[in-house]
Amino acid sequence: MLEATSDANILLVYWQLFLAFFIPNIIGYGGGPAIIPLIEAEVVGHYAWLDIQQFSETLALGNSLPSPIATKMAGHIGYTVAGIGGAMIAVLATVAPTLILMILLLAVLYRHRNSIKVKSMTLLVRPVIAVMMAILSWKFLLSSYDQSGWLHSLILIGLAYLLLERSKVHPALVILGGLIYGGLFLGGQ
Amino acid sequence: MAKQWQIFLAFLRIGIFGFGGGPSMIPLFYKEVVDKYQWMTAAEFSDTLAIGNTLPGPIATKMAGYIGYRVGGIAGCINAVLANIVPSIIAMILMLTILSEHKDQAWVQGMGLGVLPVVVVMMAKLTWDFFDKSCSNFGVPGTLVIAGLSFIAIVLLNLHPGLIILSLLLVALLRKEPNNA
Repeated sequence: MLEATSDANILLVYWQLFLAFFIPNIIGYGGGPAIIPLIEAEVVGHYAWLDIQQFSETLALGNSLPSPIATKMAGHIGYTVAGIGGAMIAVLATVAPTLILMILLLAVLYRHRNSIKVKSMTLLVRPVIAVMMAILSWKFLLSSYDQSGWLHSLILIGLAYLLLERSKVHPALVILGGLIYGGLFLGGQ
Repeated sequence: MAKQWQIFLAFLRIGIFGFGGGPSMIPLFYKEVVDKYQWMTAAEFSDTLAIGNTLPGPIATKMAGYIGYRVGGIAGCINAVLANIVPSIIAMILMLTILSEHKDQAWVQGMGLGVLPVVVVMMAKLTWDFFDKSCSNFGVPGTLVIAGLSFIAIVLLNLHPGLIILSLLLVALLRKEPNNA
């Protein structure tokens, strides 16, 4: 946990945490996974609370557990930055705004659920999310190359691809395999 | 009270057995809400899903919160969301706290490095899925134009991605509805 020096300081951090999770979730069309690169832009890019490798570890362990990815990321990053209070604020900022809108505006949304405007939102935003995901994959790849070299990176990427996409092994097991490989072969660097 | 207990169990089960993020959990919601407890008909469920998709943010918590609200009021809403997300958040914080307590050990640092390429593959797969879905729903030319422009804006001009998304949302809102809609 990062040290907070004063009450005013912790309030500022709470406010920043709220914004860092509110913004991705209020503009991220396409469900939880679409929000991952938007969270990275805030948490790694803007506030620099985590570096890219810490972010990838959070994402990996998040993917090895069940339930929505967006709330797991929010809970853990909020906790790392500002303890239990931080976790609660980050999760609240993730869940509450759109849920409250859904309950309050149900009748309006129901009328517009097939409207061109609403469908266009998802259609127009999806390519932007795809580009952000591509950039994030590239950053993860560079970080792996920098720290583990191309040989280990390529072996692990090849194995992960075969196991996940060809043999359809459960992602949690593939992540466990990556942890074991790293513990055995990448610890001495 | 019995109803709140049912809500708790239903959304706890969905949260514990739903791997792969929110969108892949939708069939589990259907099983509990329509098949098992019959809180909604199949048609009501698909309407709720369509309404959820008109809003941004994670779909699983919108579904859990709204269905919880319909069945058990405000308490049901809070109950459903917490049962759905809290167990895995606690598991996640515990796992990462244990790892970070031992982060001086070389093998723990190695574990972080070993899992990085796996995340590369998972993120690349998500990227591919989003491009693929965009090309089939929105067309290849449109996808390429928006993707190209957002690449320039994000990488070369270093603009905040939120600005690009907000301007596209405005474009979507300015589109004209067909007369009979």
